[in-house]
Amino acid sequence: MSALLAISSAPLALEPLVTALEERQQARGEGCGAICTFLGVVRRTHQGREVRHLDYEAHEALALRAFGIIADEAADAWPDTLLAIHHRIGRIEIGEASVVVAAASAHRDASFRACRYAIERVKQIAPIWKHEFFADGAAWVEGPVADPADETLRREAMERACA
Amino acid sequence: MRVTVQFFARLRELAGCSSWTCEIADGATVADVWQAAEQQFPAIAAMAGRVSCAVNADFGRMNAVVHDGDEVAFLPPVSGGSATERD
Repeated sequence: MSALLAISSAPLALEPLVTALEERQQARGEGCGAICTFLGVVRRTHQGREVRHLDYEAHEALALRAFGIIADEAADAWPDTLLAIHHRIGRIEIGEASVVVAAASAHRDASFRACRYAIERVKQIAPIWKHEFFADGAAWVEGPVADPADETLRREAMERACA
Repeated sequence: MRVTVQFFARLRELAGCSSWTCEIADGATVADVWQAAEQQFPAIAAMAGRVSCAVNADFGRMNAVVHDGDEVAFLPPVSGGSATERD
């Protein structure tokens, strides 16, 4: 079976995630009624500056652990929902996907919400860093301090998922 | 005892290396390891208070006691997008 959770330097595609989810939902006997997907794609500009390319760095083992935590959180919030999360690392060009998320549920409402929740949580707690390269320099993008136990962050992700 | 310290992203750049072997007294916590790392690599002090940590590839807390052979990773803030701009 294809991996649900992965970190890879190879280009990302949606199909392996959808296949991985379908295989597992069918193995459970039910199949799934809805699969919602999200691709994060590298933009050409950031705060008005032209981006040349990005370089992602991860603590790979810990990032996979974080993805597992997120999948468990989603399954708690939306029973019988399965998540697949693949993140790319290394150099990524404009227009290429850096992250792909897919959520499979019996019904569309849960899959849309779980998909949004998952990408918000990935950005909050996964130990993955984005280094932006511009024509005139480079900068690390830094957001929250990664802490799965931070309930304020988690609530924020849930609010965005259910908005 | 000895623990292996890992630095990522901007911390790695500030430290000038991705990994460092730290000699530290028994009973030391992750916070003590950070203090020792600051002594060795003063530039990382710029990020003090804005890092989280992992011990042996699981999320940890700064007050956790470390053991001989542990791998302690210090994590700068992640790429999570701010309130004004999200991916």
